[in-house]
Amino acid sequence: MIQTESLSFSYNSNTVFSFPNIKNNVSEALLITGNSGKGKTTLLHLLGGLLRPKSGSISIQDTTISSLSEKELDHFRGKNIGLVLQQSHFVASLNVLENVVLASWLATGKKATDKAKSLLKQLDLENQMYKLPSNLSVGQQQRVSIARALINEPKLLLADEPTSSLDDENAFKVADLLAKLSKEYKASLIIVTHDQRLKNKFPNQLNLN
Amino acid sequence: MIAKLAWKNLWFKPLNTVLSLVLLTASVAIISLLILLQEQFEKQFSSNIDGVDLVLGAQGSPLQLILSSVYHVDDPTGNIDYKEAEVWMKHPFVETAIPLAFGDNYRGFKIVGTTPDYIKKYAATISQGKVFEKNFEVVIGSEIAKKLNIKIGDKFFGTHGSAEEGHVHEEYAYVVVGIASPTGKVIDNLVLCTIESVWAMHANHGHDHGEEVRSSDENPPHGEEGHVHVDGDEHDHEEHVHDENCNHDHDHEVTENPPHGEEGHIHEDGDEHNHDHEEAKEITAVLIKFKNKMGIISWPRMIAQNTKMQAAMPALEINRLFSLFGIGLQALQYLAYGIMLISGISIFIALYNRLKERKYEFALLRVSGASRIQMLGLVLIESLLLCIVGFIFGTLFGRLALVMISSTTDEQFKMAFNPMTIIWEKEGILFLVTIFVGILAAVIPAVKAYRLNISKTLANA
Repeated sequence: MIQTESLSFSYNSNTVFSFPNIKNNVSEALLITGNSGKGKTTLLHLLGGLLRPKSGSISIQDTTISSLSEKELDHFRGKNIGLVLQQSHFVASLNVLENVVLASWLATGKKATDKAKSLLKQLDLENQMYKLPSNLSVGQQQRVSIARALINEPKLLLADEPTSSLDDENAFKVADLLAKLSKEYKASLIIVTHDQRLKNKFPNQLNLN
Repeated sequence: MIAKLAWKNLWFKPLNTVLSLVLLTASVAIISLLILLQEQFEKQFSSNIDGVDLVLGAQGSPLQLILSSVYHVDDPTGNIDYKEAEVWMKHPFVETAIPLAFGDNYRGFKIVGTTPDYIKKYAATISQGKVFEKNFEVVIGSEIAKKLNIKIGDKFFGTHGSAEEGHVHEEYAYVVVGIASPTGKVIDNLVLCTIESVWAMHANHGHDHGEEVRSSDENPPHGEEGHVHVDGDEHDHEEHVHDENCNHDHDHEVTENPPHGEEGHIHEDGDEHNHDHEEAKEITAVLIKFKNKMGIISWPRMIAQNTKMQAAMPALEINRLFSLFGIGLQALQYLAYGIMLISGISIFIALYNRLKERKYEFALLRVSGASRIQMLGLVLIESLLLCIVGFIFGTLFGRLALVMISSTTDEQFKMAFNPMTIIWEKEGILFLVTIFVGILAAVIPAVKAYRLNISKTLANA
């Protein structure tokens, strides 16, 4: 579960973003839409603990992440927040499986190799495990980043434009997987997007316009 | 895991890595080779002059006298009269005086006429057989026994001079009666016999082959002197210079211009020299150890003024030699450190450029829970891994080069180097310097990785 209260952020004195309060329960999905420049990505970064709010608070389960120290936040983020981005980035020198395993090691100190394998299998990437990420198609890469975001069974799964660079077939596949897996792993899913294709799929929506 | 990641990253861009590695390896190899060479060279040179305070020999370059009579790496300056030398050898100041007579070699190994004291001086013992007593009995050094597979009782003929190819003395065969224990010094590569053996070999040889052969055979440097002698005018002229110098500073003159003075003398009584030979026996040099160390200071002057011989101080000459090629070694060392600096810059550029490509990777690692310190560590470890691998390769290649150099010097100068020794202090410093270069090269990229703004990086994606 994630809850925010009177959240605001400013890059400089001219642009101040004030965000409506958000509440999203476990296994629920929330779609945040809005035009460019309305602070969609900023809001997502605030929720993911990549940015600190100017005012207001963010609570994930029972933790108020805005009051965590830098180091605690790094740790909390690794363990409790999964992030899927518009463009997938990977450690280029590691193969697909190693990339997913690395995420589990960084968050918990243990290598969840078996879990990574079953997750990749679930995402239909069984034959891609030992390839370098750069050798995969964009759709496949996006599915790898879903696997990486879910490996630590986070309480919050954040997706920033996860489908906008994909064709229809892959976009629906990724959207289905996000919805299905966040339920399965009991994560609260928040998607930030302007992709019209997703609006029919996720009824619970918040418009920043 | 971070180390593994660093290792994988290094080999993800193999060309960058190989360039940095080659430069590092080259610099470490040169420096460690120099360290090993210098250390062992000086040790070998110093250990061989233990117990030799002064060397008495024919006039000429004092360095040449030391090199030929103590280290056996140069031709002798000439011969001296045994009777004349004996006066000094029996002086009350002297503790031991070991005469040396050179003449022949066996397959490149010098045959030296001497006394059993010579074996004692090197703290060698007779490991097999007995010491030489009669004419043509020889004791061989341990290295020769090993290399040529010679056993007690074997016989061989000597070849005249110091070159392997040459006139073979077929009249008398040497008999191996003893093998000396290994010492790691020059004696390991010498064939030792009595002085009388050398005299007998050459006296008879002279008779058999007539005067012409004898004169050149007896006294190898005379051949060279013959040349100088032909252009006699110039020669005389230089003698003048010599006399002038003499008034100013005697020691200096001996170093500066000695062969001319000596040649002049010997050639003037050239005939007498040939006649003399049957009665007046000649030796090449005498190694002297003093009871009274006053002799070390006073004798060189006394001998130069009163005799046709010279006395050279090995310690002094070897120090001169070391300081001479010390400059060369220093220059090489600077060059090697220069290469190391370049390799540091190459590592820096590689890391810095890669950081631009990798900032999303770093942001992603941070998102996945990595701390800032881990990012700093990742960059540092990449650089350090490179440096450690470079150091290991460099140390190995340096030793490989030493093996090759050693086989050449062993062949030419009978001087071998041991590549297996580790000079902890100097090589330790070299290691620290290498690590320092690695840290220095990584500092800026590592700090940049540490301070990376994740949100900004990802938002601009």
